[in-house]
Amino acid sequence: MFRWDIVGQYLFSGLFISAAWTTLWIAVISQTCGVIIGLFLALMRMSRYPWLSLPARAYIWLFRGSPLLVQLLLLYFGFPEVFPGLVPYITIYSAALIAFSFNEGAYMAEIIRAGITSVDPGQMEAAKSLGMRYALAMRRVILPQAARVIVPPLGNEFNNMLKTTSLASVIGLFELTYTAQVYGSQSFSYFELLVVATFYYLILTTLWGYIQSYIERRLDPNRLTGSELKAQKSWTQRMMGFGTRGDRLVGPRELR
Amino acid sequence: MDIQRINGIEMVRAEKIVKHFGSLTVLDGIDLTVKRGQVVVIIGPSGSGKTTLLRCINHLEKIDSGRIYIEGEMIGYREVNGRLIEDREATIARIRSQIGFVFQRFNLFPHMTALENVIEAPIHVLHQPKAEVKERAVALLEKVGLADKADSYPHKLSGGQQQRVAIARALAMNPKLMLFDEATSALDPELVGEVLKVMDQLAKEGMTMIVVTHEMGFAREVADEVIFMDKAVIVEEGSPEQIFDHPQNERTQEFLSMIL
Repeated sequence: MFRWDIVGQYLFSGLFISAAWTTLWIAVISQTCGVIIGLFLALMRMSRYPWLSLPARAYIWLFRGSPLLVQLLLLYFGFPEVFPGLVPYITIYSAALIAFSFNEGAYMAEIIRAGITSVDPGQMEAAKSLGMRYALAMRRVILPQAARVIVPPLGNEFNNMLKTTSLASVIGLFELTYTAQVYGSQSFSYFELLVVATFYYLILTTLWGYIQSYIERRLDPNRLTGSELKAQKSWTQRMMGFGTRGDRLVGPRELR
Repeated sequence: MDIQRINGIEMVRAEKIVKHFGSLTVLDGIDLTVKRGQVVVIIGPSGSGKTTLLRCINHLEKIDSGRIYIEGEMIGYREVNGRLIEDREATIARIRSQIGFVFQRFNLFPHMTALENVIEAPIHVLHQPKAEVKERAVALLEKVGLADKADSYPHKLSGGQQQRVAIARALAMNPKLMLFDEATSALDPELVGEVLKVMDQLAKEGMTMIVVTHEMGFAREVADEVIFMDKAVIVEEGSPEQIFDHPQNERTQEFLSMIL
């Protein structure tokens, strides 16, 4: 029998608020590191030097080709067994952060590479003709334009990351899922506490949806003015998929 | 100005440039000398290699053999034991920063306003003080007739306006040489004039220019020297009068009869 009183009892408890906080900061740090790792991997992969592109390809192949859960278990249980020197460094937190970041790096690498490739090659030529070196041209000219292509899938990745953190429950990290599991099993109220966990996941992903659509608007190449922004479809309308003004979602005219 | 042109030192010297795209030879032993203050216009049918030649001069395109010197300094390569080795990125970038390049497709940075496009490189490449660069950029935009468009993004500008911003952007680096790669070919006919006017003015101010174009009127009026290229080689070169009124080579005559 479903007991609403248990849901109510736990819904705004310190226990779940702190578990949600753990879920959030693990996701944020992992995603941030993943983007940084992904950026370097993408640039390496696109290099014309094999000693840069091959390791990047191997990394992406390895981390995209095996389950994150296995990577996490390997890191937490496997590595300290084989390399005892690692024992003091591998905690539940470091293992979760490292596994999520490294795995995410492989996915972000492909997203960032697609973003960079989408920028007109003429942009790099123009930057070079002005005396810019590769790194400066990347930072000032290419990446700001690639960002428009990168941000939407990046948003999806972070949405996924918020939920992927639940895998850390297998190594006993008290994020939302493990908290619900442990306290649910103690009081025989699995269902109720998993509902509470679900509630928090939905809160986090929904908030993120709003932040994401705000960022995407800021990156809009057409730089809509305030009044034009008001006329734009809301995030919910866009998510529901009707009344979408497609021209706001693609690149600037020059890139089409 | 004429004295400067006559006595001008060598700005560009290209020796026996050879360039292949796969099995296709696009430049087959090109020799070219451009003196400071000179305006050289390169004409020829499409696919003749003129754009590639221009792109080789600031090393946007690698060459397979030959040498290109900018004011006596080799661009793109170092010579080690008689072999050419591609130069360090920093060295290539430094030489490029002194050469303005205007593209057929403008290639303005779409995420920056006209003014931001113009001040970008002087600030981040030459590390000049922002206030000073801004002042100069405003003056340059005024010079190309776009003072009122400083805060517009490229996609709000017409092709002609974009190209004029692109010229201002190149000029902001105080280049000693300007390369124009079919700067008006992507423009609607009614917008060609405004860009040619800016180029004409630049030439009159004594800027050294190499211009690849299909605008024969411009070539005749502004060029000190006209080069006719066809099938990867320079077929004929001389003053506008020589090339347009008394072409010696059969291929030049044929090309001009088709165009004029």
